[in-house]
Amino acid sequence: MITRRDFLKYTLKGAAGLAVPVAALEIAAPGKLFAGKYDPSGVRWVFLVDTLKCVGCGLCVKACKLENEIPYDANVTRTWVERYVLTKDGRVSADTPKGARDGFLTEKVELGQGKYRDIKKEEIEKAFFVPKLCNQCQNPPCVQVCPVGATYQTPDGVVLIDRKWCIGCGYCIMACPYGVRFFHPVYHVAEKCNFCYHRITKGMNTACVDACPFGARKIGNMKDPNDPVAKIIASERVGVLKEEYGTKPQVYYIGLSKEVR
Amino acid sequence: MSNHVLRPLFVVAVLVFLGLLARHFIVPKDFGIGRTGYMYGWHRKSNVEDWKAVKVKYRTAEYCKDCHSDKIDLIMTSPHAIINCENCHGPAVDHPDDPPKLPIDRSRELCLRCHFPLPYPTSGRGKIRGINPELHNPGQACSTCHNPHKPELSIQ
Ligand code: HEC
Ligand code: HEC
Ligand code: HEC
Ligand code: HEC
Repeated sequence: MITRRDFLKYTLKGAAGLAVPVAALEIAAPGKLFAGKYDPSGVRWVFLVDTLKCVGCGLCVKACKLENEIPYDANVTRTWVERYVLTKDGRVSADTPKGARDGFLTEKVELGQGKYRDIKKEEIEKAFFVPKLCNQCQNPPCVQVCPVGATYQTPDGVVLIDRKWCIGCGYCIMACPYGVRFFHPVYHVAEKCNFCYHRITKGMNTACVDACPFGARKIGNMKDPNDPVAKIIASERVGVLKEEYGTKPQVYYIGLSKEVR
Repeated sequence: MSNHVLRPLFVVAVLVFLGLLARHFIVPKDFGIGRTGYMYGWHRKSNVEDWKAVKVKYRTAEYCKDCHSDKIDLIMTSPHAIINCENCHGPAVDHPDDPPKLPIDRSRELCLRCHFPLPYPTSGRGKIRGINPELHNPGQACSTCHNPHKPELSIQ
């Protein structure tokens, strides 16, 4: 028979013994693996969208799809432009046909299922375009839910997806409050905007920034006090999407309206 | 302790060992926690390099300068100076090696991205002069009358 005293003793010893292997199970010590190489610690990529300048030409969407090899005719895209039309009767109509890959070639607003709303000029209270892309959140919920470590945040603040490691479970697609993630039609793994990581790490702009004729899109480094984008974000009135989710999105908007979700 | 306790314990130990062994071979050598820590940092380190190695396709107008300076000089004097060449001609990639020629998009839809009249007073779009495509010379390519690199009317 085991006494109560012995039972407690063994339990304690067992728990203490278990705690040791937990540390031993660690695959690699943090920091150690990455020490001494590329130092991105002076960089925090941020994005600035000026909705007042956007005219909805969709050239950014076209450029993004071609630059990042997203099948052109598949109805998925890393960035897209939404149109919001508010009418005097208080209704909000919003659409983004094909993500605005070809711009907006009709004044009719798409309602889905082949239905359109024809809005007369006199009815319009206000109307504007809002480009959307991955927010590269400081607290990315999509990364938290990944069961295999296939999506992660780089030290310079960009969330990347490992196409070889992703198992395609789709948790991250559900977790993103902004709906920026989708399945890549060719690779069948999660896909999303990565601020054109291959361009920004070479000192270039993202493809969408270069494509925008109106300067509605800008990318910058929040850790550089002389960066023009960082200055605007620090000193002017900018907003972010769904702040209440606590994700700390790093795509800032000028001229954001409360109708934008 | 008696045998009936040790034996299952031994089985468990073997299973744990096999699990660890399998993981040793399955998990890539460079898989670990990055600088962003336990919460957001788990990844395969070489994947960062994979993403950096993606080919740049849009080369910007700077790249066209050496060979098509006439077009650049022309467009710079027009309201279309703000539009990058590749927006209308597609990504340069390795042009003129591959592809030797960039496509020329003469579709009316290309121009209508900006010139379809959308009367939106609270957006920049309302300020661009629009034309009604059904009334403005329908069926004809815009470039038969407007030079896309200098659209101000000087009938070509
Ligand atoms: C190294 C020189 C070089 C550079 C740089 C270059 N091009 Fe070209 N481009 C050529 C040559 C050569 C041709 C072929 C001309 C021909 O065969 O008629 C050509 C053809 C073209 C054509 C098709 C002309 C036609 O008549 O069909 C377009 C459009 C074009 N280039 C656009 C661009 C743009 C836009 C850029 C910059 C992103 C660019 N090129 C950069 C040399 C260059
Ligand atoms: C607004 C869209 C647009 C932009 C921006 C644009 N092009 Fe063009 N480009 C066209 C169209 C349309 C044609 C065909 C013109 C025609 O039908 O004669 C053309 C023709 C050309 C041609 C071949 C035909 C020729 O006239 O020799 C070249 C080369 C060219 N473009 C280069 C450039 C370069 C370089 C730039 C950037 C400075 C540029 N384009 C910017 C629309 C554009
Ligand atoms: C990215 C948006 C954009 C695209 C695409 C575009 N334009 Fe323009 N265009 C402008 C802007 C901005 C102006 C200057 C504002 C204005 O004149 O209303 C302009 C001006 C013009 C003008 C008036 C020029 C003047 O001063 O009289 C004509 C004509 C014109 N564009 C024709 C074209 C044609 C033809 C194409 C297709 C090859 C085209 N545009 C494609 C943005 C665009
Ligand atoms: C048959 C020749 C012709 C064709 C084709 C043509 N235009 Fe024009 N366009 C003109 C003429 C002439 C004017 C100036 C008179 C006027 O305002 O109608 C003009 C004026 C314009 C203006 C300035 C309007 C303003 O309010 O000042 C724009 C913008 C324009 N065209 C865009 C286009 C676009 C975009 C296309 C193709 C979808 C196109 N044009 C096709 C002949 C043409």
